[in-house]
Amino acid sequence: MEKLHDHVRSEGHAVLTPHTPVRPVAEPSRADLSRRGLGRLALGGALAGGLAGGVAGFARPAAAELRIDITQGRVEPLPVAIADFKGQGIEATRIGREVAGIIRADLERSGLFAPIDQQAFIQTDLEFDAVPRFGDWRLINAQALVHGRVTELGNRQVRVDFRLWDVFAEQYMTGTTLTVIPESLRRAAHIIADMIYKRITGEDGYFDSRIVYIAEEGPQNRRRKRMAIMDQDGANHQFLTDFGTLVLTPRFSPTHQEITYLAYYNNKPRVYIFNLDTGQQEVLGDFPGMTFAPRFSPDGNQVIMSLARDGITDLYRMDLRTRSVTRLTNSTSIDTSPSFSPDGTQVVFNSDRGGSQQLYLMDSNGAGVRRISFGQGRYATPVWSPRGDLIAFTKITGGEFHIGVMRVDGSGERLLASGFLVEAPSWAPNGRVLVYFKQQRTDSSGRGGESKLYTIDLTGYNERELVTPLDASDPAWSPLLR
Amino acid sequence: MRMKLLSVFAVVALLAACETAPTDGQAGAGTGGVQSTTAPAPAPAGPTPGTNEDFVVNVGDRVFFAFDSSELTAEARTTLEKQAFWLRKYPQTTVTLEGHCDERGTREYNLALGERRAAAARDYMVSLGVDPSRVTTISYGKERPAVLGSNEEAWAQNRRSVTVIN
Repeated sequence: MEKLHDHVRSEGHAVLTPHTPVRPVAEPSRADLSRRGLGRLALGGALAGGLAGGVAGFARPAAAELRIDITQGRVEPLPVAIADFKGQGIEATRIGREVAGIIRADLERSGLFAPIDQQAFIQTDLEFDAVPRFGDWRLINAQALVHGRVTELGNRQVRVDFRLWDVFAEQYMTGTTLTVIPESLRRAAHIIADMIYKRITGEDGYFDSRIVYIAEEGPQNRRRKRMAIMDQDGANHQFLTDFGTLVLTPRFSPTHQEITYLAYYNNKPRVYIFNLDTGQQEVLGDFPGMTFAPRFSPDGNQVIMSLARDGITDLYRMDLRTRSVTRLTNSTSIDTSPSFSPDGTQVVFNSDRGGSQQLYLMDSNGAGVRRISFGQGRYATPVWSPRGDLIAFTKITGGEFHIGVMRVDGSGERLLASGFLVEAPSWAPNGRVLVYFKQQRTDSSGRGGESKLYTIDLTGYNERELVTPLDASDPAWSPLLR
Repeated sequence: MRMKLLSVFAVVALLAACETAPTDGQAGAGTGGVQSTTAPAPAPAGPTPGTNEDFVVNVGDRVFFAFDSSELTAEARTTLEKQAFWLRKYPQTTVTLEGHCDERGTREYNLALGERRAAAARDYMVSLGVDPSRVTTISYGKERPAVLGSNEEAWAQNRRSVTVIN
C-alpha cells in the first residue's frame, strides 16, 4: 500500500461553533479553510483551450489538471464518486451518510458535477488513512473521489474529515478537518462541498449560504405574505415575520446579520432593517413618504433606497452609523431598484426618465448619470454581480418577462430565463448562479398564479426549482456565511 | 370601526336587494321603494349619507389608468370632480387615495407608479378645492388587484386609484 503522507502533505483544521438557525456562526473563517491541500497548483490551461464553444468532455492527458472550465458555455457534468463518510457505531455511520448526501446534492444541483450511484462502486473498503485503489475508480469513470470519516469526540462534538482525490492523475487534491456540534453538520457538509467546488472549478463556491424570500399564500386579491429564510438548498426553513403585515423585497447585508426590506406596518410602507441575531425590526429614518427598494452598500454601512413623494420617486442613501441622508437623484421621473457595484463606487438603477424603464449608471454620489440599456422593451431590477463584471436584470418585452445579464457598459446582453412573469434576480455569492421567481397566469376565477423560486446557471443552463413550503417570491441570496 | 361599517353595509345591501329587486332599475338611487314595504319602522334605503358606502354607491370610489400611465382620463376627472363635490358636502371626512397597478410590471417600479397615480388623483382633487390635509396617499403597487385574471379586462380594472373614506 502506498503511504498516505506521500500524497497528503498538509490539511487545514477548523472548528465550527454552534449554529442556531438565525444566528451567525463565527467560525471557521473562509481564509482558514482555503489554507489547505497543496495538490498541484498549476491550472489546466491546455484543457480549457480545447473546449471553446462545445460541450466539455473529460478525456484528458494523464498529466492534465482535473478541472472544470466554467468559463465555457455548457459544461457536461463531471462524474464524481462521493462515498458515505465512515464512522464507528450507529450514530457516526448515520452522520457520515447524511454529510455525504448533502455534499452530493450540492454538487449535483450546481449542474457541474454528476455524483455516481454508490451501487456502482467497486472499492467498498475505503480506509480514510489509506490511498484509494485508483484503478477501481477509473473503471466506473469517476474523475474525482471524495471520502471521509466521522468521529464522535464526546461532549456533543463531532469531527468530520474528508479528502478529495484526482482519480486519473492519482493525486490528492484537497481535504480538511471540521469539528462541529450536531446542529452544524449541514454547514460542515456545505463547506466541504464548497471546497470541492473551488478546488475543481477554480472559483469560490456558494453552498454555505442562505436565501431570504417572501412566502405567499391565498388568492391574488387577498394574498398574504411573510418573510422567510432558509439554507440555499431549502433546509433549515424558518419564518421571520407573520402574515399580519405586508412585507416585500428583503435583501441581505453583505457584512452583518441583517436584512433590509419593505414593510407596511401601520399602513405606512417604509424600509426596515431586520436583525437576525435579535429578531428586532427597526424602521429606517423618518421620511415624508413611502421608502422602498432598499439595498445595502458593499461595506454594509449604508442603505440606498427610493423615496416616493408627490408622484416623484428619487434615490437616497442613508449612512447607518450617522443616520445622515443624501439625496442622489433629483428628477421628476421614477428612479428605483438601485444596486451598488461591488467596489461601492457606482450605482445601477432603473428610471423612466427617458420615457420608458431603462437601466442607468451613476457614481455613488449621484454624479455622471448615463443610460446603459438600449434594447427593445423595458428593463428593471438591475443587480450588480459580486464579481463586478455583469449586471442581471428583469426585461419586459413581447408580452413576456425575462431574466438577463449584460456587461456593465450595457453590451453583451443575454436572456437566461423567460416566462409569463419572471422577476427579481439575485446573485449567488460567487456570481455564478442566479435565483429569481416565476409566477404563473391567473384565470378569472383565481386559479393559477403559483409563484416559485428558481435558480439558473449564468450560462442559461440548469434551471432548477428551489422548493419552498408555500409559494415564494423576491428571493435574495446571502453572502457566504462566516 | 371598519368591522362595524362592514356589517352595517351588509344589512343595508340586503335590504336594498329585497326592495329594489321587484321594481328594477332603482339600485343606487338611494331612495326608491321605501313606501312599498309594510314594515312598521321603515329602515332607510341605500347607504347612509356621508359614509364610505354612500361614497362608493353614489359617487364612485375609483378611477382607471392606461398601461404604465398616471394621466387622468376625462372619465377619471369627472369621477374625481364628483368626489371633490361630495367631500365639500361632508367636510369632516378625510380620505386615503390608494394607488394600484396591474401585474405586468416589476414590483418596485409598480410601487412608484401606484404612488404616482394616487398623487395625480390627489393633485386634481386639491385643485378642485379639497384641503390637502384631508387627503393622504398610499401605493400598493401590484399587491392588491381588484379583479382576478391575467387578461386585459382584469388589468384595466386593476390600474386604478381608489378613494377610501377614513
